[in-house]
Amino acid sequence: MVTKVYIPRDSSALSVGADKVASAIAAEAKRRGQDVKIIRNGSRGLYWLETMVEVATENGRVAYAPVKPADAASLFDADFLNGKSHALCLGLTEELDWLKKQQRLTFARVGITDPVSLEDYIAHDGYRGLKNALNLSGAEIVKAVTDSGLRGRGGAAFPTGIKWNTVLGCEAEQKYIVCNADEGDSGTYSDRMIMEGDPFVLIEGMTIAGVAVGATQGYIYLRSEYPHALATLNEAILNAEKAGYLGANILGSGKTFNLEVRRAAGAYVCGEETSLLESLEGKRGLVRFKPPLPAIEGLFGKPTVVNNVISLATVPIILDKGAQYYADYGMGRSRGTLPIQLAGNIKHGGLVELAFGATLRELLYDFGGGSFTGKPIRAVQVGGPLGAFLPESQFDTPLDYEEFTKIWAVLGHGGIVAFDDTVDMAEMARYAFEFCAIESCGKCTPCRIGSTRGVEVIDKITASKGKPDHAKSIQLVRDLSDTMLNGSLCALGGMTPYPVLSALNHFPEDFGLPCG
Amino acid sequence: MQDIEITQDERLAIDALIVKHQRIPGALLPLLHAIQDSVGFVPESIYPKIAKALALSVAEVHGVVTFYHHFRTHKAGEHVVQICRAESCQAMGSNALEDHAKKCLGVDYHQTTADGKLTLEPVYCLGNCALSPSVTIDDEIYGRVSSADLDALIAEARR
Repeated sequence: MVTKVYIPRDSSALSVGADKVASAIAAEAKRRGQDVKIIRNGSRGLYWLETMVEVATENGRVAYAPVKPADAASLFDADFLNGKSHALCLGLTEELDWLKKQQRLTFARVGITDPVSLEDYIAHDGYRGLKNALNLSGAEIVKAVTDSGLRGRGGAAFPTGIKWNTVLGCEAEQKYIVCNADEGDSGTYSDRMIMEGDPFVLIEGMTIAGVAVGATQGYIYLRSEYPHALATLNEAILNAEKAGYLGANILGSGKTFNLEVRRAAGAYVCGEETSLLESLEGKRGLVRFKPPLPAIEGLFGKPTVVNNVISLATVPIILDKGAQYYADYGMGRSRGTLPIQLAGNIKHGGLVELAFGATLRELLYDFGGGSFTGKPIRAVQVGGPLGAFLPESQFDTPLDYEEFTKIWAVLGHGGIVAFDDTVDMAEMARYAFEFCAIESCGKCTPCRIGSTRGVEVIDKITASKGKPDHAKSIQLVRDLSDTMLNGSLCALGGMTPYPVLSALNHFPEDFGLPCG
Repeated sequence: MQDIEITQDERLAIDALIVKHQRIPGALLPLLHAIQDSVGFVPESIYPKIAKALALSVAEVHGVVTFYHHFRTHKAGEHVVQICRAESCQAMGSNALEDHAKKCLGVDYHQTTADGKLTLEPVYCLGNCALSPSVTIDDEIYGRVSSADLDALIAEARR
């Protein structure tokens, strides 16, 4: 009898040796004459336990983690192929507390299926959303997405349905669906996990978007730092094309949708939607003035839906289970779930998908297990390099777009980076300006010049602690931040003051000011 | 414009790539990627040829190549080592790791070691933030990298 063994192909699993583990297990199986089929799945998202090896048994999948190549022989000795006990055995994967406490909707299949097997995708409820969508009018699909309350998961949180409705209402020979897969925010990796672990859900979501608004061409703009996601996406697209889920006459519906992956080239600003469109057109990624909105004049001047990976990958479940099913999760105006990414100095880093409303403290301690180094968590940055730093006193804030706005912070793409008490917040503020200077597209002055001046002013603050011109430099950084906040063309310059001012306001002692 | 010698084979390869890409919408980035994947960099001497094929000015081609961090106009070392400088990796000690790398390779960022083996580059997030700090060597990614791990990886790449 063939035993199925699951070993992730996810980049993070690879980063700690998953390929070597797979080779070692394959070699050991061969040596012992055991009939084993190794399936390279996505990651379950318990990254501190990678490489996690799972064995399919009649009771369900049994997990062994973290496995090193040298453990292969002892796993076979312990009869792990029958789910038997071993020092690394964690029991049934589905029963792991960390997973049981989650509400996985967008990530329902990630880590479970073979990412490039269309058969597996369909066996796990894949393409049910598209089949429903093909029986609906464009307006009805858009209404379902609007009613679900889904908001842009890239960070801006703009209602997805409203964006689609604008494109639906435009008369044009050609419209486009563009997926923003330029996941450049530090502390985020949920887009990557979807693309490497369940690419069909993104393909299905984009196809539904195309059918809804009448777009026949889609592009996935993928950051060049994700070579494994590129390979997985391309393989999945090919498989979908072969089976008639992409291309002309999708599933006999008469509708056409073609999909292509385009590689970005390492410019953070191209995660901004208008800069991304410029880049897709083959130009420098300079931010465009808005209006016109991309929904009206987007790629090549045509009406274009630009959505983040997670937004698009969430559409299939909405069309499968209904808008209300999705909207029943969450709080306030933040409906549904958010895939949260625990990162930085955290003991149990990984992917936690939960309905909106959980607090940072629950994430950092109940899921995250505190800091990796065992020291107190002093600050967290939520929402990437343009997100605010939050001190311990704000850890009870629920994860909700509006609640975060109230404390002058952003949820962004759902990345949480933890720092222990060795962090120097003045250094982090300096880095925020430095990063903005490196990545600025240069089109607007507040961002282009302000970022460089910002680095200089922080250096002055650090050097002038206790001296007469210290207060002047502090005022200067506040004035500069005000200019950048209000005068920048896009969020890069416009939000760099979030990390800078939050660091200054919550951690003044690091800037040579009296505590609190 | 500094002209870097490319071989006849490389020139032919680039010509073929230009023909292959010139009709696709927004061709410039895919073409530049294809060229860099093929010959390891984007030689400045071919800008006029690209410009002509895509109906652009040479300045536009130059502008695009230099806008994006990924594209290089000079050959890199045999292997490219990238160290993540972003916040998550900083929270896990990447500053010390980059200092260590610069010291033991004897180069700064964007420079190649004297033996031509290794080029050191910064990178801003590899999406491996639950296992920071992260490093790549060519297309291979490594997580939870200590200074000793990095020494071993570099030694292996040098072999």
